[in-house]
Amino acid sequence: MSDILLQIKDLSIVYATEDGVVQALTNANLTLRQGETLGLVGETGAGKTTLARGIMRLIPDPPGKIVSGEILFEEKDLLRLSIKEMRKYRGSQISMIFQDPMTSLNPVMTVGDQIREVIVTHHPEMSRQDARKHAEDMLEMVGITATRYNDYPHQFSGGMKQRVVIAIALAGEPRLLIADEPTTALDVTIQAQVLEMIHALKRKSNTAMLLITHDLGVVAQNCDSVAIIYAGEIVEYGTLRQVYKNVLHPYTEGLFGSVPSLESNARRLAAIDGMMPDPTDLPKGCKFVDRCKYATDRCRGEVPRLMEMADGHKVRCFRHESGEVNGNG
Amino acid sequence: MIGLAFFLFLIAIAITTLVIDLATGNEFYRNNVINQDLFGRLQGPSKEHLFGQDEFGRDMLLRMIWAVRYSLFMGSAAVIIGMVCGGVLGAMSGYYGKTVDAVIMRAMDILLAIPSMLLATAIVAALGTSLFNVLLAIAISYIPSFARTVRAAVLTVKDQEFIEAARAIGCHDGEIIFKYIIPNAMAPIIVQATMGLAGAILSIAGLSFLGLGIQPPTPEWGAMLSNARQYIRDAWHVTVIPGLGIMLTILALNLMGDGLRDALDPRLKD
Repeated sequence: MSDILLQIKDLSIVYATEDGVVQALTNANLTLRQGETLGLVGETGAGKTTLARGIMRLIPDPPGKIVSGEILFEEKDLLRLSIKEMRKYRGSQISMIFQDPMTSLNPVMTVGDQIREVIVTHHPEMSRQDARKHAEDMLEMVGITATRYNDYPHQFSGGMKQRVVIAIALAGEPRLLIADEPTTALDVTIQAQVLEMIHALKRKSNTAMLLITHDLGVVAQNCDSVAIIYAGEIVEYGTLRQVYKNVLHPYTEGLFGSVPSLESNARRLAAIDGMMPDPTDLPKGCKFVDRCKYATDRCRGEVPRLMEMADGHKVRCFRHESGEVNGNG
Repeated sequence: MIGLAFFLFLIAIAITTLVIDLATGNEFYRNNVINQDLFGRLQGPSKEHLFGQDEFGRDMLLRMIWAVRYSLFMGSAAVIIGMVCGGVLGAMSGYYGKTVDAVIMRAMDILLAIPSMLLATAIVAALGTSLFNVLLAIAISYIPSFARTVRAAVLTVKDQEFIEAARAIGCHDGEIIFKYIIPNAMAPIIVQATMGLAGAILSIAGLSFLGLGIQPPTPEWGAMLSNARQYIRDAWHVTVIPGLGIMLTILALNLMGDGLRDALDPRLKD
């Protein structure tokens, strides 16, 4: 299909640390169409941020290394670009909203100048006044008056800083927006506002978005499709409806089980038993085997493929082998 | 505060002397600072000459005042050159790490292994005595300490998220270093510069004392001290006054450096 914006094929990323090699991401496959929002869900350390950084080619090297795979952005492999070519993509084609607005703004530069920086970097032909005007428009767009152009980040609250970060991310009019837990550092009332704003701005310019989060509610509200990631592997992948209506993987089941219901009167939250496996010493077979209530001997010895069900819903679990349509998942 | 006040006072003096020289076309300077009055040799402080007269009968007060300009100008110039060169090297070293870091830091270690006074003396001896060579000698001996300070500051700033954010919007390394890292790493550099200025002034005085710095009859505290030391038994004021001048200036700059450090880095208070 020609409207495919981003296609990640068999991407594997490792971190070589002193304690051993960490498999941060193993054979990840994802597809993102123009204007689509993909939710990437997983717990801390599952490899979500690694995937996002991988797309931006911002994996700190050393210790990180992209060992294999392709990242096709409009059919061009980002991993083959030189650093100089890659810079042209960052900010103007692909941009990123960082997790913590408190630390992702330069404390000694006015917020307006930080927005203008993106514009100037990608449009060197633009005059100072035009760039400034554009930056002011961006501020207005995220709901901050242009009179605050010359204020420094410490003069803003957390929610406003995140808006500035969003303005910076959108100032280059990117085709793809990577939002790495954009609301984790904000309190709940601001979260809703910020998400709503990202959503509205995204719709206006038909930007595709990769939304990284561990909040299933956020995904339900904002995403068209969902990928569940566990210990560096995508374990379940499908449209929002497929994944939410028809949970296949035991890990996803556990995730949904741990969301308290508004109706029932639960005293304790239902957590998934056990801990994430040590990333330097992953189980040989299915990564989830030690916490899975359906685990069999086969799960211990053999890694399941990502199997595609009849409706395009993909899952990495032997229990659904019978429903698989073709064997190349 | 006292340090800052004294430093501002010195700057005011330097500017005043500069203005006087420009206005009178060096005439005042020639008549009162350079011209000798052999009848008044080594006269102690009097109403006419508040600080007394030196071994050639020149007014000590005026010579002290005119000397401020040379010390301050040369000291600042040396520190600025050292800061810029050391800063760029240190920033590259901290930012790129690995081989670049190893090469630059080992080169700095070599420079640092030679005592700075000895290094400056060697440079001046090799290149000949001139204002510019003295400046260069002192500036070079300042490069390693600035390189180290900047490198340490860069290392702490480098891993913060806004640097990654800058990279994510497509900034190149130069922009990141100069717009993001250096402004955030400025505090220790400023402190180092004030402290360094004190050291530089002292080095200039030291070199002049050894006869390698500013040449007579240009007034310079170190040279004045050096010339006067043979008369110390007969006329105390010719040695004590330049000595005090150097001491007070260095003290003021160090106090100012301490004050700045406390102001810029609240963690070090008390």
